[in-house]
Amino acid sequence: MVDVRSGIGEALPPPEVEDVELYHPHSWWTRYVFSQDAKIIAIQYATTAIAIGMVALVLSWLMRLQLGFPGTFQLIDAEAYYQFITMHGMIMVIYLLTALFLGGFGNYLIPLMVGARDMVFPYANMLSYWIYLLAVLVLVASFFAPGGPTGAGWTLYPPQAVLSGTPGGKDWGIILMLSSLIIFIIGFTMGGLNYVVTVLQGRTRGMTLMRMPLTVWGIFTATVMALLAFPALFVACVMMLFDRLLGTSFFMPAIVEMGEQLQHGGGSPILFQHLFWFFGHPEVYIVALPAFGIVSDLISTHARKNIFGYRMMVWAIVIIGGLSFIVWAHHMYVSGMNPYFGFFFATTTLIIAVPTAIKVYNWVLTLWRGNIHLTLPMLFALAFIVTFVNGGLTGLFLGNVVVDVPLSDTMFVVAHFHMVMGVAPIMVIFGAIYHWYPKITGRMLNEVLGQIHFWVTFIGAYAIFFPMHYVGLVGVPRRYYELGEMAFVADSVHSLNAFISVMALIVGAAQIVFLFNLVWSLRHGREAGGNPWRATTLEWQTPETPPPHGNWGKELPVVYRWAYDYSVPGAPEDFIPQNQPSPGRVSHEAAS
Amino acid sequence: MSAPIKNPAAETLPRPPGLAGLAADWASDQRTFKNVSWGKAMMWIFLLSDTFVFGCFLLAYMAARMATTVPWPNPSEVFALEIGGTHLPLILIAIMTFVLISSSGTMAMAVNYGYRRDRRKTAALMLLTALFGATFVGMQAFEWSKLIAEGVRPWGNPWGAAQFGSSFFMITGFHGTHVTFGVIFLLIVARKVWRGDFDTERRGFFTSRKGRYEIVEITGLYWHFVDLVWVFIFAFFYLW
Ligand code: HEM
Ligand SMILES: [Cu+2]
Repeated sequence: MVDVRSGIGEALPPPEVEDVELYHPHSWWTRYVFSQDAKIIAIQYATTAIAIGMVALVLSWLMRLQLGFPGTFQLIDAEAYYQFITMHGMIMVIYLLTALFLGGFGNYLIPLMVGARDMVFPYANMLSYWIYLLAVLVLVASFFAPGGPTGAGWTLYPPQAVLSGTPGGKDWGIILMLSSLIIFIIGFTMGGLNYVVTVLQGRTRGMTLMRMPLTVWGIFTATVMALLAFPALFVACVMMLFDRLLGTSFFMPAIVEMGEQLQHGGGSPILFQHLFWFFGHPEVYIVALPAFGIVSDLISTHARKNIFGYRMMVWAIVIIGGLSFIVWAHHMYVSGMNPYFGFFFATTTLIIAVPTAIKVYNWVLTLWRGNIHLTLPMLFALAFIVTFVNGGLTGLFLGNVVVDVPLSDTMFVVAHFHMVMGVAPIMVIFGAIYHWYPKITGRMLNEVLGQIHFWVTFIGAYAIFFPMHYVGLVGVPRRYYELGEMAFVADSVHSLNAFISVMALIVGAAQIVFLFNLVWSLRHGREAGGNPWRATTLEWQTPETPPPHGNWGKELPVVYRWAYDYSVPGAPEDFIPQNQPSPGRVSHEAAS
Repeated sequence: MSAPIKNPAAETLPRPPGLAGLAADWASDQRTFKNVSWGKAMMWIFLLSDTFVFGCFLLAYMAARMATTVPWPNPSEVFALEIGGTHLPLILIAIMTFVLISSSGTMAMAVNYGYRRDRRKTAALMLLTALFGATFVGMQAFEWSKLIAEGVRPWGNPWGAAQFGSSFFMITGFHGTHVTFGVIFLLIVARKVWRGDFDTERRGFFTSRKGRYEIVEITGLYWHFVDLVWVFIFAFFYLW
């Protein structure tokens, strides 16, 4: 195989395609609102995702208020609690994390990092955002619809999701939720095709696959997975919508509701669970792989050292992506499926731990004897590693059938998945924003506010979710509005619950500091210059900052080396940008 | 986007032999699939994703069919027609399948004439393809109304498992929607070919990019896919 680092004598490949012709907008509307520029679309995606994410954050406060101080707040009744849970979970997973990583970071970073002028289909890319916005609006509409949003849990299991015992089941809630998901998937597909084709076919000269920064690898693989996993959710949503609206019985068994025999019969609720988790498990990695990729780049840049085992990291990403399609039923150990299935899925689940562990080792080995700068991106990257390891360890418990059965549906599960797919990816998102904000705006984020934000969020997240493991271990079930008279619940649980809730409020408040910082630094931040972190990847080498429409000015960059030439012995600086030819070549070309 | 550039001065990269060379080709810079344009790559990847959609629909239908405790209506009886006093099982479906497969043939010819820049023949063959497609959808509408008249509903039917009607309407409906979209694309592209947009490099209304005759082939990829999916629906729904 070709070496990731270029040999001096290696020939420069000729351009295979002509430089693209970009659409040049003339009005303010087409430039900033209906923009076809991936960078603007990225900002639109990110802003929308963060805005709807704030709704999910507020919902988590309300839930915590109820759990910490049951009965104190009249406004939160059992129905409302279930609606909050559902909307919180769904918004966080789909409308915040998926949209922000792929639509936000994907759009901003892919073209810049692979040396393209834009995504390959800017028009479809623009549509993707507007359809996403429509999906968000439909989702928000369900808060105002008669009966309120659905309270079926983010997994939307039938039959309860479409029955009258569940909030929104016989009203608009579930209909709007399913429609919103269908719209989201259509919009995502338009964007996703763009990201994949841009990475495969739109790279610049010299940018081989094995020279791409890991960020691009992570986002690329996650997008491919999303294109293959979302279809299952799409089909499940369509079928459930038919069950609800047309009276079909795909997922509905013969069932008695409120003493009344329903018209349904013969359907299979388990079928929905299979479809849902065929999407749902890959979804975990759809938000994790971009995080893996980004964090690798943050660590390497801020420890001034090349990433350890680049090739292994790439293969680990690809292998995790592939394996995650054959583990879905580890979410269904208690669903009553054939026990041999449980055996198979437990095995595959534990196999995934191998490439994942390799990645963690490689991150740690990258840090090993690196020149670690404790910048904000680095702090968040470190926070990611510890949190992810923590969540991964509890994952080993839940992956084993016998251990999972008693733990299933307890707060232990809630603690586990918040660690591994809640807190960990969010840490990377923060780190990434602190890292790339200077490129996006030309100014640095305020360091003091950033430190406050980091320490409160990091320690606070542990204060919230660490005790939750214990609460779950002693048997407190998940998705319970209140514990009531459960005799087995230890007193310590009640005080812990109050503590967790207070911490949740504090962590939430710290996010306001962050939002303030984002807005304040736009005008008052320190000037960043083009490459404040002295990083190697192409996005830092643009002629202007923020990069203009078309990114590169007249000439596309040419790539001569991999993305991780930090602290190369003998080099004049401690980093060599990807588009810098080796000294031998420079003299060779000057001579000819 | 457009044709490869010939750069006589360019040095060619030495490629290692054997498997390593294969890997190097795939991982090489600029394009993973050499000589595949962006549009074609996008269509292939979209079709892969769409395969998963249809795959899920069909698997869900099979799961429902195996799970239900009530007998499944016999498709060859349900989809039989009385023509001139003879009882012909699956006759309409056979004709529909024939029409759709033929349309793939005309589509392939359209692609060929497109690359020869024969505007008239290309447009005519695309129109013919669209006509076949519309005929297919028309016959499907006939079949739907016949079944509805016989009492088949999404929530039940006179002969057995309720999932029969639900799966039938859902799967053929989703496929029929694909065919309808295909017909619309065909008509749009045929119009552009006819008008000579790809010779005059006229820019697209939405994307303001220049179109090329390749779009005929890309539309063709979609069309063949929809056709292929139908073969699976035919096999799993009607013949099982
Ligand atoms: C301040 C941060 C957060 C707090 C305090 C919080 C709190 C909660 C609480 C109290 C529940 C309900 C537990 C139950 O009764 O079963 C919950 C559920 C959930 N949360 Fe969070 N959460 C936070 C952040 C996140 C993030 C970032 C994600 C992104 C993945 C997330 C995803 C979920 C999911 C998927 C559920 C399950 C919903 C369900 O059971 O249907 N949360 N969260
Ligand atoms: Cu899983």
